[in-house]
Amino acid sequence: MAIDTRKCVGCSDCVVACQTENDVPIGFCRDWVTESVHGSYPNVELEIRSERCNHCENAPCVRCCPTGASHIVEGGVVLVTGNKCIGCGACIQSCPYDARYSHPEGYVDKCTFCNHLVSRGGKPACVAVCPTKCMHFGDLDDPNSEVSNALKNRKFKVLAPEAGTNPQIYYLT
Amino acid sequence: MKEELFISGRDIPNIDPFLNIWHWQIPIYLYLGGLAAGILFFAGIFTILGKEKEMSTTVKWAPFLVPGALVIGLLMLFLDLKHQLFFWRLYTTVRFESPMSWGAWVLMFITPLSFIYAATYLKEAVPSWKWKYSILESAERIAIQYRRALAWVLIVLAVILGIYTGILLSAFNARPLWNNSILGPLFLVSGLSTGTAVIMWMTKDHRERKIMSRIDLVLIIIELFFITHMIMGMLAGSSVQIAAAELFLGGQFTVSFWVFVIILGLVFPAVLEILELAGYKIPVAIPALLILFGGLVFRFIMVEAGQITRYLY
Repeated sequence: MAIDTRKCVGCSDCVVACQTENDVPIGFCRDWVTESVHGSYPNVELEIRSERCNHCENAPCVRCCPTGASHIVEGGVVLVTGNKCIGCGACIQSCPYDARYSHPEGYVDKCTFCNHLVSRGGKPACVAVCPTKCMHFGDLDDPNSEVSNALKNRKFKVLAPEAGTNPQIYYLT
Repeated sequence: MKEELFISGRDIPNIDPFLNIWHWQIPIYLYLGGLAAGILFFAGIFTILGKEKEMSTTVKWAPFLVPGALVIGLLMLFLDLKHQLFFWRLYTTVRFESPMSWGAWVLMFITPLSFIYAATYLKEAVPSWKWKYSILESAERIAIQYRRALAWVLIVLAVILGIYTGILLSAFNARPLWNNSILGPLFLVSGLSTGTAVIMWMTKDHRERKIMSRIDLVLIIIELFFITHMIMGMLAGSSVQIAAAELFLGGQFTVSFWVFVIILGLVFPAVLEILELAGYKIPVAIPALLILFGGLVFRFIMVEAGQITRYLY
């Protein structure tokens, strides 16, 4: 996924769309909006980012899971199998992005990239709903996909690359 | 000057503003695990050295505490789980990459073995004891016959258990305070030290106490050395690790760490032990209690402070 920080206005539509689509319990969220301010007045710069699980290639949550509930499916999406999860919290500790939370029912929950929609050819709810079309989703291995094209002509960054997780959400800057 | 501010509309329980997903159960478990590892380690060592008579508390009586400590520790682990009915999933897979999987399996072996080890001395502790079934009588005979082999296995498992209590934390790259390679050995030494403290406190034999006191003194010195290394390593590390070290060097855990862990939990009992070895009369309960309390506080601080540290981006 690639997210254009110059187009994002921080409306939180993605957050609400996700909560609705995925029946996220009240008080929790799988994605969220971060506003990062650089500099001091009058030379201030604002960056708005829609953030979620980075579906890391080298996912620490998958490595530390004692039961194999956290796993990577074909296509690179990191998922949690609820009835394998014992709720030990190891994956929550291991995530540099704090993208996971403990569902009130006990298991650990997080962004699934709306795998149930994507596997049927759809788009994740957050991407589909975005009013500024700042999110691009697709197969990074396919050089002609929407997301690969978005990354071709722009500068981009990932969050906390020093954590060594090889995150798969790219922020166009 | 450049400033950076983060504003987020997120407010998830136990995640925001600081991670607090592991509560009091985890430090208590880490403590009891270390303590059990310490007692079993020395029981095993002195069994192999053939010192059952000279070190009777170490070899025979202190290990009676171990099954209790491990069962309470396991109960704590279970209480901490959020999806408790699925705990058995731990034992349907072996995941070499996951320290928690290692720990679950080690506990699976060491807990029953600690019961068996203690049972081999039950008749000496309670002379009138009789096993209800004859099969248990013959099982006991076999266990006593292979006690030395059992001791070897227990030593190995105790070391793994002791180190694991530290590696459980240090394997998390996302929590810079925990993410240092000395934490495993540090927790092992701390666990061994709390084990010797229990033995020192229990024994009535002056010579045995003196031996354990000497061992403990060495362990405390090693522990102080490791803690110095840990903080030095973090200060020489990346910005997130420096921020983690600062929690103990002026940050919110400074007082609890230096007063309860370093001074009252390590330096003061070491001084008392030196004085006692020099011939002064000091009630053994004082250094023993201080070591046990210091070890407990150390684990509480590490678990709580570690969860506060994180990557900033």
